[in-house]
Amino acid sequence: MRLVLVVVLIALLSYPMSGVTAETAFEFSGPAEEQRYRELIAELRCLVCQNQSLADSNADLAQDLREEVYRLMKQGGSNEEVIAFLVARYGDFVLYRPPVKPITYLLWFGPALLLMLGIVVMVRFVRRRPAHTARALTEKERQEMAQLLGRNASDTTKDDRS
Amino acid sequence: MARYLIPLAVFIVLVVLLGVGLMLDPRLVPSPLIDKRVPEFALPRVTQPTETLTSADLRGRVSLFNVWASWCVACREEHPVLIGLSHSRQVPIYGLNYKDQRVDAVHWLDSFGNPYVASAHDLNGKVGIDFGVYGVPETFVVDQQGVIRYKHIGPISEETVKDVILPLVKKLKEQRT
Repeated sequence: MRLVLVVVLIALLSYPMSGVTAETAFEFSGPAEEQRYRELIAELRCLVCQNQSLADSNADLAQDLREEVYRLMKQGGSNEEVIAFLVARYGDFVLYRPPVKPITYLLWFGPALLLMLGIVVMVRFVRRRPAHTARALTEKERQEMAQLLGRNASDTTKDDRS
Repeated sequence: MARYLIPLAVFIVLVVLLGVGLMLDPRLVPSPLIDKRVPEFALPRVTQPTETLTSADLRGRVSLFNVWASWCVACREEHPVLIGLSHSRQVPIYGLNYKDQRVDAVHWLDSFGNPYVASAHDLNGKVGIDFGVYGVPETFVVDQQGVIRYKHIGPISEETVKDVILPLVKKLKEQRT
């Protein structure tokens, strides 16, 4: 009974790994090529589980697309060609780094725009504040202050001018 | 007054934009294939494996190209709609049987009915990738020139057929004359 349980557990644990083991069937000419492949699939988004990259996803489609990426690379395709292949079929959605074009201007430049807007608002706010406080004391206020400081009004006037 | 109205206006705009964003379905990814020619393919037919169905078959008249599979649960939901549409004879439906075993596909058609003029058997899903398929079922509307005009992701309902697909088919048919 215990043995059966262990076997079932092992089977269950190894199941999610099946996607990974299939991966190792890919043969690379060297570590550089493998590295390039790993970087490519990490930068491409899976369409089925949308917040995972092709590298992370165990979805069937991700497996197929990894195979396509591998096949294109083996045919001598450059990174750009592999990416173009997927974009032609699935759109810019597959890219984690969207291209700069009119429809993405807001995405790319929006944050900088907001930052600049924030700076402008802040500068204006800071500049306006001293205008409220930097006001010369009236004669009455001057005397009150002198009294509080325990000196007479004429002294403080002198101090102010020097 | 403006110092209160401006933040309020900004807040309202933000709420509206975020609200719209929440309503959108992130699973619906716009296809780059719209207004492009149907990708070239030649695959054996599901029911007559010795014959092929090719991209050329999708030219000449307005047609639907429906991606389906026997393992796809949502396809079962969509199937009666396709059967009804095929009976209405308003538009021919071609199928792409995606990553399916032929026996399973044939069994499915035998048990639930066959709305397709023909279905291409895409066992390894390569043609599916060329069509940018990522969630079966998907349905393409193809015009006379073999250009994709519309893509529906997910099962099509009676409402989609009545409100979107048939009006578009009608419009595309009229464009020829």
